[in-house]
Amino acid sequence: MDFQLTEEQLMLQDTAARLVRDTYGFEQREAFSQSEPGFSRAFMQQLGDLGLCAVPFAEAYGGFGGSGVENMLVMTELGRGLCLEPYLHSVIFAGGLISQLGTEAQKERLLAQLGSASLQMAVAVDEPQSHYQLHDVQTTAVAVTGGWKLSGRKSVVIGGQSAGLILVSARTGHGTRDEQGISLFLVDPQHNGVRRRTFATMDGRKACELYLDEVFVKCDAVLGSVGQALPALRYQQGRCIAAQCAEAVGSMEAACALTLDYLKTRQQFGQPIGKFQVLQHRMVDMRMELDQATSMTLLAACVADQEDSHERSRLLAAAKFIVSRASRFVADQGIQLHGGIGLTWEYMLSHHAKHLLMVARQFGDDDHHLQAYAKLMQVA
Amino acid sequence: MDIDFTADERAFREDVRGWLRDNLPSEFAERISQGKRLSKEHQVQWMRTLNRQGWLAPGWPVEFGGTGWNDVQKHIFDEECFAAGAPKVVSFGLKMVAPVIIKFGTAEQKARFLPRILTCDDWWCQGYSEPGAGSDLSSLKTRAVREGDHYVVNGQKTWTTYAHYADWMFCLVRTDPDARQQRGISFLLLDMKTPGITVRPIITLDGEHEVNEVFFDNVRVPVANLVGEENQGWTCAKYLLTHERTSIGGIAHNKALLSRLKRMSSEERRDGRPLIDDPLFRAQVAEVEMQLMAAEMSSLRTLSAVRDGGVPGAESSFLKIKGTEIRQAITWLISKAVGPYALPFIEDELGYGSEALLYTDYSSAATYQYLDARKASIYGGANEIQKNIIAKMILEL
Ligand SMILES: Cc1cc2nc3c(=O)[nH]c(=O)nc-3n(C[C@H](O)[C@H](O)[C@H](O)COP(=O)(O)OP(=O)(O)OC[C@H]3O[C@@H](n4cnc5c(N)ncnc54)[C@H](O)[C@@H]3O)c2cc1C
Repeated sequence: MDFQLTEEQLMLQDTAARLVRDTYGFEQREAFSQSEPGFSRAFMQQLGDLGLCAVPFAEAYGGFGGSGVENMLVMTELGRGLCLEPYLHSVIFAGGLISQLGTEAQKERLLAQLGSASLQMAVAVDEPQSHYQLHDVQTTAVAVTGGWKLSGRKSVVIGGQSAGLILVSARTGHGTRDEQGISLFLVDPQHNGVRRRTFATMDGRKACELYLDEVFVKCDAVLGSVGQALPALRYQQGRCIAAQCAEAVGSMEAACALTLDYLKTRQQFGQPIGKFQVLQHRMVDMRMELDQATSMTLLAACVADQEDSHERSRLLAAAKFIVSRASRFVADQGIQLHGGIGLTWEYMLSHHAKHLLMVARQFGDDDHHLQAYAKLMQVA
Repeated sequence: MDIDFTADERAFREDVRGWLRDNLPSEFAERISQGKRLSKEHQVQWMRTLNRQGWLAPGWPVEFGGTGWNDVQKHIFDEECFAAGAPKVVSFGLKMVAPVIIKFGTAEQKARFLPRILTCDDWWCQGYSEPGAGSDLSSLKTRAVREGDHYVVNGQKTWTTYAHYADWMFCLVRTDPDARQQRGISFLLLDMKTPGITVRPIITLDGEHEVNEVFFDNVRVPVANLVGEENQGWTCAKYLLTHERTSIGGIAHNKALLSRLKRMSSEERRDGRPLIDDPLFRAQVAEVEMQLMAAEMSSLRTLSAVRDGGVPGAESSFLKIKGTEIRQAITWLISKAVGPYALPFIEDELGYGSEALLYTDYSSAATYQYLDARKASIYGGANEIQKNIIAKMILEL
């Protein structure tokens, strides 16, 4: 057991922290959020230029060879600053799927572009009926001469509105909700038949709904073996969960710090409200939730890049569950302890709160992971 | 002991239900039952419809336009209104300032203000909270100095709901800076058009503009607009805080939210089956329904004690705490039920936009409603303050 970070990891953490601090003030974030892509392309480019977008990729593809721990360090800082860039969905999710399933040619081309941030990608897996179940895929891909035709609808694709390329899961065989017969396709959103409806999200990002109407893609747009994508999707979602936990921890740290500071400065009844014991205990509860979440995030980071196994899935489900619950508690109580101020748009706490509340709405909510855990739990 | 409604009460419920069926515009009912925003015009339109029926002010004495209903009838009325999806009646005029004017106002004040509240010609707002005086309301600093027939008001209020709509504000001001905190406060009525008043919006985390900051710069208020005696404003303020009791637990609102939750989780799918059939989700809905049942019984117990001549004291703090907790639990499940569709924040769908819905009518406001419910444990006396009241008044700790 060793919880120490290496020299290199400390440097990475420091680089990310500094970059976020220098770029992400409240006003800047507002402007990024309202801009057309919904984030700062310049900042994304900076992350690329400094090598942060290549952190998780293998050295053979120009990457840093980073593991779950490196991802955790970067994501925690992005979460602390509530950064809007689709780093998680593009670099970790899409990049992970390409690393795991891609041909040499696909890896060489796409990982280089993702790593330098010249390409941003998104992953479209949810559907209106799927409720976080990756195997509940109704979007279809039918083999035609020279390629495939995709039809269907994908829900709430984070970063999809600005993505240069979208990875879409579609059914190429077997019946509804069968674990077999799911394939992944690289879809260029400029293609005929692709329609995107862009909208803002509760946590200040942008996303799109993706409609595919007989979209033709060539044979080389398939990622991995036809019909065999589900295990990789699940595995990569596990890596995303670990990264998302870290992002939430960064945000919770910021929210707790703001709240603690407020308890010490806000005066009511002639004293700082932090003198009221009920509020002290609540603040303690928030910190304990944060502490539990931090521990589970470390655990998740350490298993995220291990070989696929029931054990890995079990631990990641546990992390997601604990962190989702903690996130909601910190969001709710952070607002409550602030009183009216905590509810205002002009104050960063409310944005942390919204982000934390939405942690559970991606990659499965606490119920989803509670049920997953219960299935995998050892009884004897 | 009899927990059933009487035959009269049941007949009353039928009357109310029938009238709502005939008079509530379906557009309003749809918006409300989907948790969407309602414009000022539509709110006024609905309140005027109620007024034409004589049902706008059930809490007022009959001679001023009340209905003469007892508290159980008022509860039934509330419940039917929420169930039908009727817009909430805006309380600042009807349920806050009016009872104070009726109890403490002069005959002129009654004649001048009450009819215009009923006809919705005056929209009221509540000027209590200040930047430095939230939970500790009696530390408020907005100053009113008497100059002849006027008070000259200087200072600032904050969190003032609907100040940007309001024609009038009822306001707590300090008239005696030397008296102990609660003593030197007076209850003033301010015409929002008076020179020297500036209203600035505060946008809340859900993107909504409802609350405001209000600044007073040498605002001249006629002494005739003082309610009660000078320096006795705290009595008015306290009366107002305990007056509104039938709807304090939000039972009717919560029931309507719960039935929406059930409807939507029957339509949502998980594993190809209705989400409500997922045992874990279903158990959570069941849990909140049982809590609501208990809160409703508590609320009815309090009501019937009042009907028999009791005064609801600190018990109303129970109802407030439970009511807001249950509302937060239900709206969280609503946000949970729609899965990733809790993420989109499409203001167009919350307001009066005409674009096609992204997903379903019930998903547009799913998370928005939860954020709105977070406000409820803060305003009207934060839940921590309610617990302090219970500890002190009931437990005598
Ligand atoms: C949406 C909304 C609408 C509102 N509308 C109006 C309006 O129309 N008119 C108006 O006058 N006001 C309005 N308010 C103001 C509302 O009444 C105050 O927000 C409320 O009184 C709390 O005050 P505060 O926000 O200053 O929080 P604070 O009083 O600063 O409280 C901060 C935290 O400290 C806790 N706390 C404070 N004192 C104690 C104590 N002694 N023991 C334990 N805990 C304590 C509180 O519970 C809270 O958790 C509105 C507020 C909101 C959020």
